[in-house]
Amino acid sequence: MSDKAKSEVIKEPSMLKQKEMIASNYERLTSGKEKTVSTFVPGNLNELIMCFDMVNNLPEINAIQNGMRKQSGGMIMDAEKSGHSEDVCTYVKADIGMMGRGNIAPNGKPIPPPDLLLLSYTGCFTFMKWFELLRHEYKCPTVMLHVPYEGDGVITDNMRDYVVKQLKTEVIPAFEKISGVKFDIDRLREYLARSAKAEDDLVWCLEAGKNKPSPIDAYFGGVYYIGPVFSAFRGTQQAVDYYTMLRGEVEQRIKEKRGPITPDGDMNEQKYRLIVEGPPNWTHFREFWKLFYDEGAVVVASTYTKVGGSYDLGFRHDPDRPLESMAEYCLTCYTNRNLPARVDTLVDYVGEYEADGLLINSIKSCNSFSAGQLMMMREVERRTGKPAAFIETDLVDPRYFSHANVKNRLESYFQMIDQKRRSSSAAA
Amino acid sequence: MKGYIGIDLGSTTTKAVVMDETGSVLGRGITNSRSNYDTASQVAKQEAVVDARLALVRRELMDIASLSEDDVVDLVKGLESGFRLEQFIEQLGDLESTCKGNVDATRHKGHEEGLRDALTTLFGRLREDVVGLFAPGAKRKSDFFRDLAGTRYMHFGEEVASETGESFDTLINLYDKSIIEVENRPPAGDMSNKFNRALNRVLEQGNIKADSSQIATAVKAALEVPIDETYVVGTGYGRVRLPFPKEHIRSEILCHGLGAHLMFPKTRTVLDIGGQDTKGIQIDDKGIVVNFQMNDRCAAGTGRYLGYVADEMNMGLHELGPLAMKATKSVRINSTCTVFAGAELRDRLALGEKREDILAGLHRAIILRAMSIISRAGGITDEFTFTGGVAKNEAAVKELEQLVEENYGKVTINIDPDSIYTGALGAAEFARRAVEE
Ligand code: SF4
Repeated sequence: MSDKAKSEVIKEPSMLKQKEMIASNYERLTSGKEKTVSTFVPGNLNELIMCFDMVNNLPEINAIQNGMRKQSGGMIMDAEKSGHSEDVCTYVKADIGMMGRGNIAPNGKPIPPPDLLLLSYTGCFTFMKWFELLRHEYKCPTVMLHVPYEGDGVITDNMRDYVVKQLKTEVIPAFEKISGVKFDIDRLREYLARSAKAEDDLVWCLEAGKNKPSPIDAYFGGVYYIGPVFSAFRGTQQAVDYYTMLRGEVEQRIKEKRGPITPDGDMNEQKYRLIVEGPPNWTHFREFWKLFYDEGAVVVASTYTKVGGSYDLGFRHDPDRPLESMAEYCLTCYTNRNLPARVDTLVDYVGEYEADGLLINSIKSCNSFSAGQLMMMREVERRTGKPAAFIETDLVDPRYFSHANVKNRLESYFQMIDQKRRSSSAAA
Repeated sequence: MKGYIGIDLGSTTTKAVVMDETGSVLGRGITNSRSNYDTASQVAKQEAVVDARLALVRRELMDIASLSEDDVVDLVKGLESGFRLEQFIEQLGDLESTCKGNVDATRHKGHEEGLRDALTTLFGRLREDVVGLFAPGAKRKSDFFRDLAGTRYMHFGEEVASETGESFDTLINLYDKSIIEVENRPPAGDMSNKFNRALNRVLEQGNIKADSSQIATAVKAALEVPIDETYVVGTGYGRVRLPFPKEHIRSEILCHGLGAHLMFPKTRTVLDIGGQDTKGIQIDDKGIVVNFQMNDRCAAGTGRYLGYVADEMNMGLHELGPLAMKATKSVRINSTCTVFAGAELRDRLALGEKREDILAGLHRAIILRAMSIISRAGGITDEFTFTGGVAKNEAAVKELEQLVEENYGKVTINIDPDSIYTGALGAAEFARRAVEE
């Protein structure tokens, strides 16, 4: 194999399709022909946005894109120069830095200022400050959707009604005004039906991690899988097609007893089955992933793939209860759930996916995810008896990724699993 | 006999432990880590095997009825220093020929002859001098060839330069060039020969009560026991660079856990403050790691921090602890960040605080940081073992004892004098288990 061929990243057809989809959304965003709304990934209202013929722009996704393309470091430094502290969420700083550099999308064209800021602060209070900064800059209307925190670990009727009420009285009227399009609930129902279809297939794919060998990597591969359903495509036919295609690929791999495809090709030797909690690192994504597949570690389930909605716990968008189900969707995001609920999810995953243990990637600049993670780790260890480990990186700040440090901890963790197995097989 | 070897390739020193099939330690060896990891591990291993040989010699000598225990101790000591001397002379020979070989590379055309002669004189003096360095009871500042040869070379170099009129700088330059080459070659030569020559030296001194032929037979018997390299396990920061297959490599976290368990079987919590990082490790009753935490990307609270402080204060690393012990109070230092430490230090000095009080505060800051890493790993349970280079620093130990008691009450705190070998010990035990269990 030539060096060039070796360094080429191997991609599945679904990944290529996804790349096209993302590119097409950037084309729409940068065309200047359509009205745009900036909003957040967790619990977003994509179907509703589509009802007003608007395109959504997700600053978090821009930050991820810039992180993966090694652009975020400079942007973060720019933001720090303009006065944002080192401890601030690096998505925010990457976004502010990107704005300072003319908001150039990956296609090289500038993203025009949004016509509306839709602030839905599901699970993360940083969102409020973030959009405060953007509003100051863009001087455009902002509409806020307040989603109550699932403090007791359950969604009550009151919570749902409260969100629905805001949709009716604040969000929809604001959209009608800005877009000039009248709200049509049947159009929404149609989109929601497509969402549910895509969600079914997504869940099927994620649950394929229960197979041995696992045909997917539910963390590193998983972030590709959730792309369309968590972003501007939920509710579209494109998303439905994407998930049909993905499901086909996964089915095929199960049939052939093949593991997931990594950037270096098929991963077949699966020595460790892990549950991973916390977002990935984007600036060193490939290097980070390699630390896993080189050791034969496959992630069979992750919580990060539930940040935009915990579909595998049963939630589906429902065309028969359009606004109610949208409200429930906002409430069901992973980071909007309380710590005991997160622990329960992790404990269940360890059992259902027959994992060897839990790994937490604690993100330095994301309080929303990271607070309480050590407690969660201990609790999961205690309840499952499986070893757990903790690594620390950041989202898109390249200064906070230490390869040697992460590698050291991961290796120790994998060997801990080995030891644990040996001692339990000796005891048996 | 089966030999199980553990090698811990650390950032400054490389350690090796040889163990037999029953798990008892036969020998330990240490050397400075160098750019060539392969050599570092070979040298450490060789040192451990030498130590193991001496252990076998001791066993044999014990069987000689006419020798008292003290005699045996003296004999083994004599044999050891004799062996070191022989090894040193061999390495000097290597250094001499390397220096001479490098003469042509100096930019002193026409001086070659003179320089070579000067080197001959210089090395002649080094060889004479060296005997005293290894005489029984002699104190050496270091056991590493580089350190010992270096200081003496400077000393005689000056003499020889002024006598012969050759340039001192050129002589130093030759040394600097050559020592790296010599250091990156594991000492050659047959081990038994060196032991035999060492034995002759001991016997020549003649103050032994037993029959010298009996002693010679015993030593010979000990030297003839084959020590096989049955299985080797490597660990430490440089482990990936070790020329071992992957299954022979273990993370240092696991090796430290297991090593601490072998030293103190009741240990449940281990703190290792190394040069590069600090680890809090929890182990079970079999020495298996159940949890660990370590410092993140920065060197805050690691041994590196003390090195930085020592540089700032223009002191040697080993002087910090003793000076801090003289403190009458502890100045509060908030930052364990290596970058801030210097600033805080100068600030406190400017405020008129005493150096020893500031140092006490700095030690406390490191230990506080270590305490937070331990608490992240689940806190301290009885017994607790402190390993790594900083465990040798009495001021750090004092702060640790105090903070452990304040936070966790009375727990046994273990510090093994051989704690520098903890990782290598754990690695050797992994090697033994890989075959024996
Ligand atoms: S959830 Fe974390 S990453 Fe997302 S905006 Fe909040 S702090 Fe930033």
